[in-house]
Amino acid sequence: MAIVYQKPKALSDDVLHYCPGCTHGVIHKLVAEVIDELGIEGKTVGIAPVGCSVFAYNYFNCDMVEAAHGRAPAVATGLKRSMPDNVIFTYQGDGDLAAIGTAETVHSATRGENITIIFVNNAIYGMTGGQMAPTTLPNQVTQTTPYGRDVATAGYPVHVCEMLSTLDGVAYAERVSVDSVPNIRKAKAAIKKAFQNQIDKKGFSIVEILSSCPTNWGLSPVDALQWLRDNMMPYYPLGVYKDKEAEK
Amino acid sequence: MSERVLVKGNEALAEAAIRAGCRHFFGYPITPQTEVAAYMARKMPKIGGTYLQAESEVAAINMVYGAAAAGVRVMTSSSSPGISLKSEGISYLAGSDLPCLIINVQRGGPGLGGIQPSQADYWQATRAPGHGDLHVLVYAPNNVQEMVNLVFQAYDKAEEYRVPAMILADGLLGQMMEPVSFPEEGEIKQHDKSWAVTGHKNQRKHNIVNSLYLKADELEQTVIERFQRYAKIEAEETMVEEYLMEDAEYAIVAFGATSRIAKAAIQQLREQGLKVGLIRPITLWPFPKQAIIDACDKVKGFLTVEMSMGQMVDDVRLAVNGRKPVEFFGHTGGIVPTPAEIVEAVKEMGGAK
Repeated sequence: MAIVYQKPKALSDDVLHYCPGCTHGVIHKLVAEVIDELGIEGKTVGIAPVGCSVFAYNYFNCDMVEAAHGRAPAVATGLKRSMPDNVIFTYQGDGDLAAIGTAETVHSATRGENITIIFVNNAIYGMTGGQMAPTTLPNQVTQTTPYGRDVATAGYPVHVCEMLSTLDGVAYAERVSVDSVPNIRKAKAAIKKAFQNQIDKKGFSIVEILSSCPTNWGLSPVDALQWLRDNMMPYYPLGVYKDKEAEK
Repeated sequence: MSERVLVKGNEALAEAAIRAGCRHFFGYPITPQTEVAAYMARKMPKIGGTYLQAESEVAAINMVYGAAAAGVRVMTSSSSPGISLKSEGISYLAGSDLPCLIINVQRGGPGLGGIQPSQADYWQATRAPGHGDLHVLVYAPNNVQEMVNLVFQAYDKAEEYRVPAMILADGLLGQMMEPVSFPEEGEIKQHDKSWAVTGHKNQRKHNIVNSLYLKADELEQTVIERFQRYAKIEAEETMVEEYLMEDAEYAIVAFGATSRIAKAAIQQLREQGLKVGLIRPITLWPFPKQAIIDACDKVKGFLTVEMSMGQMVDDVRLAVNGRKPVEFFGHTGGIVPTPAEIVEAVKEMGGAK
């Protein structure tokens, strides 16, 4: 019998610790499929963040490094500068990338580090139990915005792709979503492009992936995906924000 | 060894690192270590290496973490306030068993403090270079040639034991010019790097560089294993210089630049008939406590001299353990103790009788 579907080789047999309905599993699979399809597992080094995906180092079969909170792009810089022919990617959440690691994100981008960043935006701190993230929407209720995010006191969410697209060092920035099968397919294409760019030495590539957090949003997995469509997508429009190649 | 050349301390550190095989430098500008970075910025592009000016000391030390994870010889240099910012990364480097070289050309503190020489980061370097149960190897040179030699030593021992190493210099040594000989390249001992994340090339299971252990017993096992290495370092890698201690009735304990002033004071004291010697820790961690313990049997007392309010004196007192008086003399950043002041401090201990 022909095999029509199987777990990607770049994913280990470890049982994922993610909550039911969390889309990290989908995103892990997409990254692993891309690593398989490009045949780069043997020369890839991934960097896990601090946050829900902290154990990503157990889930990917390539060499892995665990970084301090927010520092993954700096760690990636050290790795890439030491091993320019290896493929280096970071896998980071919104608190990691857009709050505590903003400096590392912006400066690795503006330097045009030839690395790939997988940025999972679910508008909340998941691992610590649902606090406000830099990407938490206005009026969104979290543990630390119990009356909804009041922009007068808590400020506005960070639009990461829009911000990074202003930097000359960025080769590619796209925002995608994993709320539906068509969008998952587009997300995979974007991830593949972000890895291919690095192989082709095109420079800094980031894919921002709108993702759901049913547990901390207090919704069922299905309702969470609908909430993502109704609330996150209008605020964080999908699309390509920067593509140096297309600009030529 | 090459022929002798006149070099500034900070530049000697940089050149020695390059000759020791370092091809990756990540830093952030801060006085008074500027010449280290400037030298690296000039040299690295010419030899196929990396000089990268990071956005912060926090980023720089995490770049060091990445490069160290790749198994290459890597270095960062900074000065006191910058080292505070690096302490997060130093803890992760120690917790992930990664070798690297960190230079601290100390200045006065706390806070912004001053930009003149100081030794007030002794506690930070030896007690808490980062959070958690950890040590880093700490070397304290007292001349430019020793700065060169200890760079080689630091890389070698850091790799042998898989621990970060620090050279604790100060603004005085950093700015001082002295003649030195550099060891030739190629005199570098190779250590096992099979743990490095260089890509598994489909030939081995994946390597993971990590300091997270959520199971308490697993965490304890890794820390205990690391402390067994620390115990071996303490037993085998402690470095100390003793000067005129054979007949000494009083011992001065001093490290780095201060130890040279202490030697001048000892000459003056001996001319006045007072038998004073010097114990100079070269490794601050591990601290050469045995040399202090041994001296307890023959000296009447110890005087610790530091450019701080008294930090290493804690380690001297721990080693002496109440058996003999331990006094302290020092100044804070920028005020270098004079030989005359040290002579006076020794006499006050009873040497004037």
